[in-house]
Amino acid sequence: MAVDYAALKAGGFMRQKQKNTFSLRLRVVGGTLTTEQLSTIIAVAKQYGHDYVHLTSRQGVEIPFIKLEDIEEVKAALAAGGVSPGVCGPRVRTVTACQAGKCCPSGCIDAYAIAEGLDQRYFGRQLPHKFKFGVTGCQNNCLKAEENDVGVKGGMTLNWVEDDCISCGVCEKACRRKAITMEDGKIIINDDLCNYCGRCVTACPTNAMEGTSGYLVYFGGTFGNDIQKGTDLVPILRDEETLYRVTDAAIDYFAENAQPGERFAKTLERLGWDELREKVKEAYHG
Amino acid sequence: MAEFDVNERVDITDVVCPVTFVKAKVALEELDDGEILAVHMNDGEPVQNVPRSIKEDGHQILKLIDNGDSTYDLIVRKVGD
Repeated sequence: MAVDYAALKAGGFMRQKQKNTFSLRLRVVGGTLTTEQLSTIIAVAKQYGHDYVHLTSRQGVEIPFIKLEDIEEVKAALAAGGVSPGVCGPRVRTVTACQAGKCCPSGCIDAYAIAEGLDQRYFGRQLPHKFKFGVTGCQNNCLKAEENDVGVKGGMTLNWVEDDCISCGVCEKACRRKAITMEDGKIIINDDLCNYCGRCVTACPTNAMEGTSGYLVYFGGTFGNDIQKGTDLVPILRDEETLYRVTDAAIDYFAENAQPGERFAKTLERLGWDELREKVKEAYHG
Repeated sequence: MAEFDVNERVDITDVVCPVTFVKAKVALEELDDGEILAVHMNDGEPVQNVPRSIKEDGHQILKLIDNGDSTYDLIVRKVGD
């Protein structure tokens, strides 16, 4: 029987240049694996691969040199240890995330929780071309939100609590954008300059600068053959429900309008941004 | 600076990050609970980051004084022994 390479690729088995040999991509969310999963991966790479793994550019793990005849055994061995194969081809790929929320002091959101939410909602969904989501916790942008088809970046909106403020002036200097000025002991925030980084919130000695977490979303980024930086279309989002309405609107627009083999950036280049902007705005307002 | 009764001063303008914070931290360790330290620092990275690090260590920041010559004095009350 002929080998269905497309089906194997869809299931994470990517054909190597060596005949009947595959590099198996695994399902990883936000670059996080438990030690149990790692032990399973080690055992499979030892028994069925070449005793090593490859870490991909988007926080994934691949086990190269899996033989065609071993595929079913490999799947069973991985499943027993809580590991699933990933995907390749025209569908939603690995969702990346930083450690914001888990342990990074700079994070403004729980990036891993959002990555899990996006993974559960969309991972593997069939589309006209590959589609990448990435989540980064703050303006430091370790996970490069704008290089994804849809990228999410954590931010904080500010509320100055005058009664708690000692007018020490630390926030004014903590701000890298010169968005904060102090006049006669009162704090003035310039919303046009603020980029929601939250540095003033962590720096304030009396917690007089209250920060509320939110999500900045970027659309149409790609960093492969043609490079495009993702663009924001709506202001910072306040809650997860709105975030998922907005991501639904973007992915549905891509599913309906992209030509086969066309990345989101190219679809937008071909059709213009107006319709997507309208759909995303509708979703933003609920 | 009359409003603060400063017990000790440390100059961190002669070092760069992360030694800036280390030097301030060591100076704070020498003090007793409730005593006040003035940390003399440069504009830029030190003034953006050192106050936050001192706050994270649990000390109480009272004031950031702009000396008008691209240096600042951060007035800190030591919390804990």
